Amino acid sequence: MSTSITLPDQQTATLPKRSYLNSEYGLKSWLLTFDHKRIAILYLITTSFFFTIGGSAAALIRLNLLTPGGELVAADTYNKLFSIHGIIMVFFFLVPIAPAVLGNFLIPIMIGARDVAFPRINLLSWYLFVAGGCFELYAIIWGGMDTGWTFTTPLSTHYVNTHVIAAALGIFVAGFSSILTGVNFIVTIHRLRAPGMTWFRLPLFIWSYYATSFIFVLATPVIAIALALIVLERFTGIGVFDPAKGGDPLLFQHLFWFYSHPAVYVMILPGMGVMSEVIACFSRKRVFGYTAVAFSSVAIGVFSFFVWAHHMFIMGISNYSALVFSLMTMLVAVPSAIKIFNWSATMFKGSISFDTPMLYSFSFIGLFTIGGMTGIMLASLGMDIHLTETFFVVAHFHYVMVGGMVSAVMAGLHFWWPKITGRMYPENLGRLSAAILFLGFNLTFFPQFIVGYLGMPRRYHAYPPDFQVLNVLSTAGASVLAIGYLMPAIYLLWSLKYGKVAGANPWNAPGLEWQIQSPPLTENFVETPIVDFEAYDFEWLANQTKSEVQTIG
Amino acid sequence: MHYFISPVLWQFLSKWLSQFPLFPPEASSIAPYADAFFFFLMLISIVGTGIVMVMVITFSIMYRKEKNPEATQIEGSMLLETTWTLIPLALFLICFVWGALLYFRIYTPPTNAMNIYIVGKQWMWKAEHPGGQHEIDALHVPEGRPIALTMISQDVFHSFSIPAFRVKREVIPGRYTTVWFTPTKPGTYHLFCTQYCGTLHSQMIGWVTVMTPGDYQAWLNGSTSGTSLAQNGERLFAALGCNACHSGNATARGPNLAGAYGSRVQLANGSYETMDDAFLRDSILNPSMHVAAGYAPIMPTYQGQVSEEGLIDLVEYIKGLKTNDRVQQTLNTSLVQTSTPAGGQNAPQSAAARSAKAPSHTGTVNQ
Amino acid sequence: MDSQTVIVPQSHAELEHEHSPHLHHHFANMGQQREASNFGMWLFLLTEIMFFGGMFTAYLIYRNWYYPAFVAGSHYMKMWAGTLNTVVLICSSFTMAMGVYSAEMRNRKNLIRYLSLTLILGFVFLGIKAYEWHNEWVEHHVPGLNFSINDFTHVDARYPTDKPLKVDMAEKTQIYFSLYFLLTGVHALHMVVGVSIIIFLIFTAWGGAYTTGHMNLIENFGLYWHFVDIVWIFLFPLLYLISRHQ
Repeated sequence: MSTSITLPDQQTATLPKRSYLNSEYGLKSWLLTFDHKRIAILYLITTSFFFTIGGSAAALIRLNLLTPGGELVAADTYNKLFSIHGIIMVFFFLVPIAPAVLGNFLIPIMIGARDVAFPRINLLSWYLFVAGGCFELYAIIWGGMDTGWTFTTPLSTHYVNTHVIAAALGIFVAGFSSILTGVNFIVTIHRLRAPGMTWFRLPLFIWSYYATSFIFVLATPVIAIALALIVLERFTGIGVFDPAKGGDPLLFQHLFWFYSHPAVYVMILPGMGVMSEVIACFSRKRVFGYTAVAFSSVAIGVFSFFVWAHHMFIMGISNYSALVFSLMTMLVAVPSAIKIFNWSATMFKGSISFDTPMLYSFSFIGLFTIGGMTGIMLASLGMDIHLTETFFVVAHFHYVMVGGMVSAVMAGLHFWWPKITGRMYPENLGRLSAAILFLGFNLTFFPQFIVGYLGMPRRYHAYPPDFQVLNVLSTAGASVLAIGYLMPAIYLLWSLKYGKVAGANPWNAPGLEWQIQSPPLTENFVETPIVDFEAYDFEWLANQTKSEVQTIG
Repeated sequence: MHYFISPVLWQFLSKWLSQFPLFPPEASSIAPYADAFFFFLMLISIVGTGIVMVMVITFSIMYRKEKNPEATQIEGSMLLETTWTLIPLALFLICFVWGALLYFRIYTPPTNAMNIYIVGKQWMWKAEHPGGQHEIDALHVPEGRPIALTMISQDVFHSFSIPAFRVKREVIPGRYTTVWFTPTKPGTYHLFCTQYCGTLHSQMIGWVTVMTPGDYQAWLNGSTSGTSLAQNGERLFAALGCNACHSGNATARGPNLAGAYGSRVQLANGSYETMDDAFLRDSILNPSMHVAAGYAPIMPTYQGQVSEEGLIDLVEYIKGLKTNDRVQQTLNTSLVQTSTPAGGQNAPQSAAARSAKAPSHTGTVNQ
Repeated sequence: MDSQTVIVPQSHAELEHEHSPHLHHHFANMGQQREASNFGMWLFLLTEIMFFGGMFTAYLIYRNWYYPAFVAGSHYMKMWAGTLNTVVLICSSFTMAMGVYSAEMRNRKNLIRYLSLTLILGFVFLGIKAYEWHNEWVEHHVPGLNFSINDFTHVDARYPTDKPLKVDMAEKTQIYFSLYFLLTGVHALHMVVGVSIIIFLIFTAWGGAYTTGHMNLIENFGLYWHFVDIVWIFLFPLLYLISRHQ
């Protein structure tokens, strides 16, 4: 009766005959698939493509900043480069990468469902994402846009003469992809949990994706309307944000940050979910203080809606509203601190192994802590005056988003790579690239804290020569970082064909996703699972394996 | 040495060793306070990160698989979790209070501050001293005196940043913003625009020169343009015909402006507002929204007729206006000059006729 | 097997799985499927609320600042058209509700009848709205494209007690009209989407699609239609009825 949970020995493991990867063949079977796992792969390919574009722009930016005069590219080219880098990386890489790739693949499996609640809408949201991406590519190829990713009015509406409309429409369309993904995940988590999978048996991964999805649903429409207004204002000349007509340009920033600040948490909460899984698995221990970690995800999601004006402390908002927003920002930092301490405590009395995902998790904990603490500096009103709009802010959010989120995505990708493809990545290369990424990252972005405190403004094509040494260091670090990204890209592709066959549960982890074959069947579970154990129940797993041995032997 | 390594690298290394600032100069009275706070924040960051790193590294060594093959399952600990919720919370709240105090200090100019006006535009900074000295991409200030900047943008958002003073404020179209500082150390310091403002954003930079009071006086005398802002404002006040209504006479159609700056004004809708720079500027551009109680809403808008510099001149003039003697004097002279050849005899009446004609498209109001 | 077994076959779910042709493979039973699709619809409407919420925020801020301009602008709205449209939409909500009821009663004829009525009312609404917009174009009240403040700086024959606005405030009527076109435009866009879906529903209802007990689509579309209706119930007073009591 329990045939579907056999855990084949990793040495003798073979790829299953039938899986979601070989159930159908041909391009059409991919482009018209309703299978959440295949859609996740589609997202992985498209987001990687956009990451390459955004990364190339970043490389050119860093090369240009090698010399203070900005000799490599012209000023407007530079402005287009950082706009492309920002727009692509935020809206077309960071926002979709974790929810749409890891979330799509794992949420149904982790809760014991056969698919997400609305598979057709899931595919539709990928197409919307691609359509939005096409707008963006059109804008980039036909001359670019130089508004920065923040589209500050009235610069974006009345003063620049580039492809702002296409860029804004692209984000608008891709926004619907986020909304639909969010709706899909919430309904899936609410309605499709397997029998016995109660809320407090859910893996913490699900909790953080749940909070993320609510941010998608509630925040994305607001940026949609803000960008629609920009398009209309450029197109027809209505004056909602035009100070000359009585409009208030700051209103745009309120609307924009009402989305974009919660969106920052979209870019970190899923990473936190990955951390909980990886650290628990490689410490062989349940996450320390499950409830606290679960509710801190929800708290971050809720608080994230009440902090947006901390981007505008110096913009002439009322001093008293600045007080409120600063206080709220301090409060939102607390759940993040709780999480960091709980993860560290999870390792206490564990039995720790240091595989690649765990190394990426260490890098996450370190870099995210630095990113978080500098966030406190920026949330402190008086300090923010000096630090905001300088490279200090640039370094801060790269520590959170690249150091935090991208490390987490790398951890997750390596962790679930055997589940997604059925094959292992090369372990030693993985560890090496994790180390290179960590070193390269710190070399790139730590000097930016210093140069930021010295006062170097962000988005500067040329800068005073006194800042050169630190900028050279940063560019040197960026080249190390580039190697750190290229290596996994190459060896992960290599492993698709030549990697060791992984077997169902190479990490010997207790989650539901590890109890099925790798790669999974299209319908995930042969029979609907009944869950009678909590998440991270390693004792249950040990008993399970023992009883297996008994039945076989 | 440099024969063996590439010249570029040699240049880089020599630079590294000779000139490599790691910390900006402290050149204003607020800078030491900002830095003290920064060091506190850095301290808690280092301690916080340190604790996490110590935990991770110690556990990695103590409980590695080889040493501890069997994990001990622990649910959690209320006591520990409460501790690491409350201690960070307390620290963050300290940061909040300290930061708020600093913020209010930086954004609340003292009343005795010397006022300098800043106009930002793509891509330059224009500074206007009360004495009429104009500067572009530069600012000369005396040491040891509080200086308040009243700033406005002509086009897009800019941001006025002097890292050595640890102050910065957004410069916004259509609205005055202020920031203040007391320079403490003579020297030249960077001035940046930190809000992305278009193609040549990175060229919107300049130098702030802090001078000893004596040098500053010499500089003021050497770069004067002849007329002060208030004098320019007075001329504009007459040229635009403001004095026709704001004459200070008992029967005047506009409120008296002499000595009014800083007072509380009751508006027609019953609310009160303080007559400050922003109020004056907005009243000139959007008079309908600032009708003083007891007066008819007849003032026309001057939107599009006065530049930001002109508005600054007017504001500076009205600010310093203590009596109406000269207003009435200029009123008479300007009317003699502008009155028609046929009817120069009854000046005040023709002025009233002219001002009533100005808002012609509003039709007949207030008969 | 011992009690720790994870996976056992779930017989009753499997049975139902075979029975209903409308059940998607990933749902355990029809109840779950229906609940899921309803819940999804409500979440989508939550998104819509936030979408309109952004615009209402802008509206509230500007109305607070430029109240006289908003009053003057609203006096150029065609009251009869707005009132008629409100009535039309409320009626269409009623016919839509009757449509859902007919689907529940498995009455194909009534379902088609009520859906068609809803469709007609939807078109009537859009027609009246188009007429109003045309009128605003003729009166030069389209900010950015065709706008003149002339109407607001003179005494309006229809509102002789209204004081004409000063030029600076009259300029702000552009903000009112921008928001007016934005709000009614986005609302009309929702109506157009709704009307297209009704056409699709009528065609499929003709084939008897929703009268066999599987009526998720009709039910969810009903929610959408009522939502669009409720948005108008907010728009009408906010845009047409400012200061009518004076």
